[in-house]
Amino acid sequence: MNSKTMGYILKRILLAVVTIWVVITVTFFVMHAVPGGPFASEKALDPAVEAALMEKFGLDKPVGEQYITYLKDIVTEFDFGPSLKKDGRMVIDIIGDGLKTSAVLGVWAAVIALIFGVVLGSVAALRRNKLIDRVIMVMTTAFVSMPSFIMGSLLLILFCMTLNLLPANGTTAAGLVLPIITLSLSPMSNITRLTRSSMLDVLGQDYIRTARAKGVSKTKIVFGHALKNALIPVITYFGPMLAYIVTGSLVVEQIFAVPGIGRAFVNSITNRDYPLIMGTTIVLAILIVVMNLISDILYKVVDPRINLE
Amino acid sequence: MKKFPLSLHLDTDAFLPASDKEKEYMVQMRPSTTFFKDGVRRLLKNKVATVSFFIIVFITLSCIILPVVWPYEYDDQLGISLGKPVDPSYANLAPFEYGATEQAKIDAGEKVFPHIFGTDSAGRDYFIRVVYGTRISLAVGFFASLIVLVIGMTVGSISGYCGGKVDIVIMRIVDVIYSLPDMLMVILLAAALKQSGLNEAIKGTVLEDIGSNIISLFIVFGLLYWVSMSRLIRGQILSLREQEYVLAARTSGAKGSRIIKKHLMPNCIGVVIVSTALQIPSAIFTESYLSFLGLGVNAPMPSLGSLASDALNGISSYSYRLIIPAIVISLIVLSLNLFGDGLRDAFDPKLNS
Repeated sequence: MNSKTMGYILKRILLAVVTIWVVITVTFFVMHAVPGGPFASEKALDPAVEAALMEKFGLDKPVGEQYITYLKDIVTEFDFGPSLKKDGRMVIDIIGDGLKTSAVLGVWAAVIALIFGVVLGSVAALRRNKLIDRVIMVMTTAFVSMPSFIMGSLLLILFCMTLNLLPANGTTAAGLVLPIITLSLSPMSNITRLTRSSMLDVLGQDYIRTARAKGVSKTKIVFGHALKNALIPVITYFGPMLAYIVTGSLVVEQIFAVPGIGRAFVNSITNRDYPLIMGTTIVLAILIVVMNLISDILYKVVDPRINLE
Repeated sequence: MKKFPLSLHLDTDAFLPASDKEKEYMVQMRPSTTFFKDGVRRLLKNKVATVSFFIIVFITLSCIILPVVWPYEYDDQLGISLGKPVDPSYANLAPFEYGATEQAKIDAGEKVFPHIFGTDSAGRDYFIRVVYGTRISLAVGFFASLIVLVIGMTVGSISGYCGGKVDIVIMRIVDVIYSLPDMLMVILLAAALKQSGLNEAIKGTVLEDIGSNIISLFIVFGLLYWVSMSRLIRGQILSLREQEYVLAARTSGAKGSRIIKKHLMPNCIGVVIVSTALQIPSAIFTESYLSFLGLGVNAPMPSLGSLASDALNGISSYSYRLIIPAIVISLIVLSLNLFGDGLRDAFDPKLNS
């Protein structure tokens, strides 16, 4: 790794840190613009919660001081204070509980999207302009144009109501199948298109012609030469894919009643549980920013030809 | 005629009047084409994009015309009439069914306009609600893209023209906004604006009809989504300024206004049109997503997202109420995307190389 790459990585890390700071600051001040502020409730609070909030953020102090306390608690202890509505539970515990379920959902969706996307994309590229290529392209175009909540609802109607194959409730393992499929279809389509175009690009390169001229078998060309290089651009999609899965999970968990972080977030908006809204936004934002950072750095490290600017 | 090499004698043949055959070379075979005409010609060749365009035009026209001629209103609760008890027979009608009083009218030989998609749980004609929802979604998509275009273009061109410190500062801000997780910020802002005093602030103005949630949606778009547009335009201006043909035009004495009009604008406008067109479906996506989470339009005004969200409650008995807005929204987004792709191929000829 040369110094230029190191410089790039440092710059990206700095940008990520600044972004996370902006997210925390924006979240805090936007929520403070709400009448009454985020730590006030329209109903009388549970005295224990109020005392904990008082002690934690010094609610009688000026906003600036509360902000410093909030920021310090996040940076040093990853602490977002107590929830307003859930009997004095800490926000970070609620998020932790939700993340366990959501992580299962997200990881499975990402893995399925990756495997199927790469396979379908390679098949489409190798059978370019044949029937199977057309079918794959039409299918992926349709999936990309469908919002996740529509996809989820349609799958719910089809598999849970018409065919009665799967449970509509996402609390069991079988119930997670549909949410996972819903979340994976759109990223899968994007990966398919990405793989197809980069595979076509790679197949036109000189080194593929050289390999063919040497008499290398077709399987070896595809798996040994082409696929390895064609997959590099797919790395850039990791960040956006996570962002899609996170935002998608907000509605998908709602539709299938999965007890994950997305549902906690949406419920906290309806309940106006402001500390929970802030905590969830910040945690999910950090997740997305870090994933973007990793995929960007990985991309530059894997392919040294790529221009760093 | 033999010519002495050093003499200044001119070749008199070159001054003879042109023959008819020579004149033919100078005749214009067809009128010279403009950039716009050329793009339209390429666009019309693309069948998928043309069909998508007609679908969009058809849907847009239906949204404008149908509410005028339709006998029902989107917020008419048909079972409720002044001074009478609520008639429950109007709620949850299946397609082409009628409520009790309407049935009586039909039996008496009168004609009653059918409820093509039935009615919803509050007894409102569902077809007209879908039409209004489509209208809201399209309008939001269009105006949000317009906002993005105006802000992005202003900031981008300022950054590109000024260069130097201004450029660096603006671009660092753009970098940070660009790396923010946009959807989370949108939800956060929409949730905060929903609770803020926006409703009171716009009371009595024209804005009240639009609803505070739509306005907060526009604010959100204005705050977050302009960054990619401004990056694009800045990049365009920076690279176009350095092009050889701009230098050539300047060398041959073209004035600044002519260079901008003849060289910079046509080369920039294609990219701008395309990315604005592709912004519309993404704005529609965002609006329907927020409406689905209950952060979109104010009730009773429907949008495609809120219709789908409402339909989720009665999904087992009335699944068609979810499928209809689902099909409409997917059709709109799909055709806008395909049309946008067609536009890009037609108006961005450099992409082909």
